[in-house]
Amino acid sequence: MKGTPTPVPEIKFVKPKKKLTPKAIALKVLVYTFLITNTIFILFPILWIIGSSLNPGDSLYSSSMIPKNPTFIHYKELFTKTDYPIWYKNTLKVAFLNMIFSTILTTFNAYVFSRFRFKGRKAGLVTILVLQVFPSFLTLTAIYTLLMQLNLLNTHIGLVLFYSGAQIPANTWLIKGYFDQIPKSLDEAARVDGATNFTTFTKIIMPLAVPIIVFLALTSFIGPWMDFIFQSLVLRTADKKTLAMGLMEMVTGQTNTKFTLFAAGAILVAVPITILYAFLQKYIVEGLSSGAVKS
Amino acid sequence: MEDKKKYAWLSYIIMGSAQIMKGEYIKGIFLLLVEVLTIIFGIPYFAHGLWGIVTLGETKFHYNEKGIAVFDHSIFLMLQGIISILLILIIIGIYIYNVKDAYKAKEEKKITLRDKIDRNFHYIFMTPGILALLFFILLPIIFTVLIAFTDYSSPYHLPPRNLVNWVGFRNFKELFGLKIWNETLSGVFVWTVTWAILATVTSFFVGLMWALIVNSAGVKIKKLWRTIFIIPYAVPGLISMLIMRLLFSGPGPINDFLEHLGLQRIGWLTDPHIAKITLVLINMWLGAPYFMALMTSILTNIPRDLYESSDIDGATAFQKLRHITLPMVLYSTMPLLISSFAYNFNNFMLIYAVTDGGPVNPNYRYAGHTDILISWIYKMTLNQQQYHMASVVTILIFLMIAPIVAYTFTRSKSFREEDLI
Repeated sequence: MKGTPTPVPEIKFVKPKKKLTPKAIALKVLVYTFLITNTIFILFPILWIIGSSLNPGDSLYSSSMIPKNPTFIHYKELFTKTDYPIWYKNTLKVAFLNMIFSTILTTFNAYVFSRFRFKGRKAGLVTILVLQVFPSFLTLTAIYTLLMQLNLLNTHIGLVLFYSGAQIPANTWLIKGYFDQIPKSLDEAARVDGATNFTTFTKIIMPLAVPIIVFLALTSFIGPWMDFIFQSLVLRTADKKTLAMGLMEMVTGQTNTKFTLFAAGAILVAVPITILYAFLQKYIVEGLSSGAVKS
Repeated sequence: MEDKKKYAWLSYIIMGSAQIMKGEYIKGIFLLLVEVLTIIFGIPYFAHGLWGIVTLGETKFHYNEKGIAVFDHSIFLMLQGIISILLILIIIGIYIYNVKDAYKAKEEKKITLRDKIDRNFHYIFMTPGILALLFFILLPIIFTVLIAFTDYSSPYHLPPRNLVNWVGFRNFKELFGLKIWNETLSGVFVWTVTWAILATVTSFFVGLMWALIVNSAGVKIKKLWRTIFIIPYAVPGLISMLIMRLLFSGPGPINDFLEHLGLQRIGWLTDPHIAKITLVLINMWLGAPYFMALMTSILTNIPRDLYESSDIDGATAFQKLRHITLPMVLYSTMPLLISSFAYNFNNFMLIYAVTDGGPVNPNYRYAGHTDILISWIYKMTLNQQQYHMASVVTILIFLMIAPIVAYTFTRSKSFREEDLI
């Protein structure tokens, strides 16, 4: 036995041709039925709202998914009869400012925590961790009182300050984790060449962290489009209103006759955001999965 | 050298003086400025703030002889008190630095301003973030916790008309002791936990199923299916929720369709039990795409040879799913599953936008059948102005969620590379 090598069994690389047995056909039918029924469930609400926005009239009761005489009148009405353009402008403003503030605050903090060793660093990290657990949503009353004292009620900047402050704990950890993966030898090389910490940050770290920064910027841009609570708490007058507030009112208001108008308004919000997501899909998946355990 | 150090003691009284003596003018003037500002503006403000947080005001609302309203606003005083304490702590920190720095010898080499900034770069860079954190997170949290120990509530303790008082643990005792509070708390709590588990598990498994089927060998044009299945994730959440609210409403299209088929209309959002199921279904629509997107990348990372060797052993497709795919997927997504649980536990928007906690439950105080803890807090705060009880429940949520989030975090990658514990 000792000297003779055991013969290696030959591996066949050629796949045996699959025959379409009745079982395989049944499986195929089953899989495609599943896919198609699920597609219907997924697309139905979306198609319904698109159809509704094209319906003449304004009630939920009479609208049908495939309107008999489609019309764009509601889209026109949004701009002529409601404050929709103002809401849109306000939301864009808040979203854009929040994106800038949040990205700057969080990347700065994450960079320091990732690259510097200083007194109080660990305490700082743990504090941020604990603060992150407390849902900032629950401090409504406090935020309201604080903004009132700072004379920032009914201003967009008050809202932005709060948003960008509230996202720091969770995102600092996320971004720091990403920065940690960028080799430190790159920084050191830059330092040897005489770069300051700031240039190292802007020229070395930022370009390499583009995916996670895009994710952060995108989520802080989208956030204000969805939040209704703080906006209705902080913003008071009609000229400061945002899309979330306006659309919510159209649906939940006592005189609920603006249904088709809501549909049109919702679509004008959903389309650009959906396109944004589609383009930045790669970054989103990366950002989302960075919380998963990597094997 | 020694000669210069003898001025160091001066720094105990006049901040920055030793630094100026040493020739470090910028630092010295900054420190001096801190002291001057503290004395002129700080001390009166702090004194009033500290008095305020201890007493919560003493002057009850009344009109003085000139007919002007005179009052102490307890809540503003409390806020001022907290701000004072935070600022005092910061100033003490600067003071300690000032004294320590005074005893240090002057930097030997002349260094440029650029180098100086670069050396203290991390402190400068973090300041805006830390300030935002202090004032928009820490301060509100301290405030909320403190409110739980006061009687700040409608109708008898609302400033400016009335004063607010410290009451110790009375609110906690009432919440657990009084039947109506107690019943609401336990009912809402049980539904919150059930909801968080159901919502997470259903969207997890539907997402997994989609990912498995779309990625299975027989399926053509995978990209098309994947794109379709991801669509709900891309539609802004609030909008989808409002659409769902209309879809499932009494006169909505789903009921129309049922009637068309000759069936009865269903109270999707008005029947206590059905409304809960509807919420879970809607959440599935909203949440499954997220899990599918995750699973797709995780599934492709499972080593092929595991499947190949199980093929050789003659495993069935189901066995492979049960013993390879599921454990691998669960292992990778566990932290996300837990944070998704925590997210759903506090998923206020969905409840608020779809049912607003309804239908009404007469046995509950200020809560409906589908209210979860956080939406109950919202109602107590904004509709009923029961700030004190809202704060107590907030603290309870914190105590429940904190261990969960802490656990998830200690397992995440960026945490493990730090040896914090």
